Amino acid sequence: MSTWIAIGLTALGTYFVKLLGLSVPEGALERPRVRQLAALLPVALLAALTTVQTFGEGTSLVLDARAAGLAAAGLALVLRAPFLVVVGAAVLVTAGARAFGW
Amino acid sequence: MPDRTLLRTPSGSGRAVSDAGVVRDALGVGVAVGVSGFAFGITAAGSGISLAQAAVLSLLVFTGASQFALVGALAAGGNPLTAAAGAFFLGTRNAFYGLQLAQVLRLPRRMRPVAAHGVIDETSLVALAQPDRRSARIGFAVTGVTIYALWNLTTVLGVLGASALGDPEAWGIDAAGPAVFLALLAPMLRSRTERAVAATAVLLVLAGQPLLPAGVPVLVAVLAVPVTLALRERAPRTVGTADREEAAPPSGGEREEES
Repeated sequence: MSTWIAIGLTALGTYFVKLLGLSVPEGALERPRVRQLAALLPVALLAALTTVQTFGEGTSLVLDARAAGLAAAGLALVLRAPFLVVVGAAVLVTAGARAFGW
Repeated sequence: MPDRTLLRTPSGSGRAVSDAGVVRDALGVGVAVGVSGFAFGITAAGSGISLAQAAVLSLLVFTGASQFALVGALAAGGNPLTAAAGAFFLGTRNAFYGLQLAQVLRLPRRMRPVAAHGVIDETSLVALAQPDRRSARIGFAVTGVTIYALWNLTTVLGVLGASALGDPEAWGIDAAGPAVFLALLAPMLRSRTERAVAATAVLLVLAGQPLLPAGVPVLVAVLAVPVTLALRERAPRTVGTADREEAAPPSGGEREEES
């Protein structure tokens, strides 16, 4: 049940911000300060999410096969690989590392 | 995935584009991104989300990073409010795409509730890269419809396929979420300010992880934005560097996002 609540809140919230952007009068949120915050917010969230989903295990930190997978994704990004190749590299290397018992 | 540098190319360069060319580009982006719903479906299944829940997420939330964030937070045992808050904050960037799109697309009022659902990284990228309004509207619509159709289809296939795979961890599926976030993050790390924010967020989330309930450290990491901006403003030399490329590496410990 609580999963459905989370899904409902996320659906309402994400739709609201999408519609808000299309609907507000031109220039209303165009102040440089707001733009800067808006540009930096996803940077902070994505960096945090990448970290916590790579090294997090419950409420502790671990170094396991996912770290190898993320390194592979990073390498693929440096090589300007397409999105699916980046994700595929992470998945394959993680699986490979686990197969070797890491 | 969005190459944010493209968002910065000035539109209206006078370049003439054919409708067919726009449709072709839009389909290319749409198919490549749409099929990554497969990765979401597998990840969702591995997080203990039901088929119906994953399908509803893709139908109604339809913004990939928020969906990955939500199922990841729920899988980590976060409470539904914190999980939804993280997903919501990640989705706020779509409001700013909407602001830019409103000026480019000039949609009639009655179209906005429908079009809003399609305001995501990739549709914005395609629409804002077009030189004129007609191409932007075609690009937005074709990219949006293609991704929506494929993303929802492949989400369901991913969930169904996951049960055939057995243990998703043995297949490394749990690495898909962080790889998606890294792929979204990498093109954003253009200047020192972005890199400093990312490094600070990493340090905050690492520090918070052992101390705070699941899902909360990610929200705390948002403080990296005001903290970094405050520090930047106290160093006058670097004020306003957000749009300038600088070669000097940032200070900071964990730098796995560096690209």
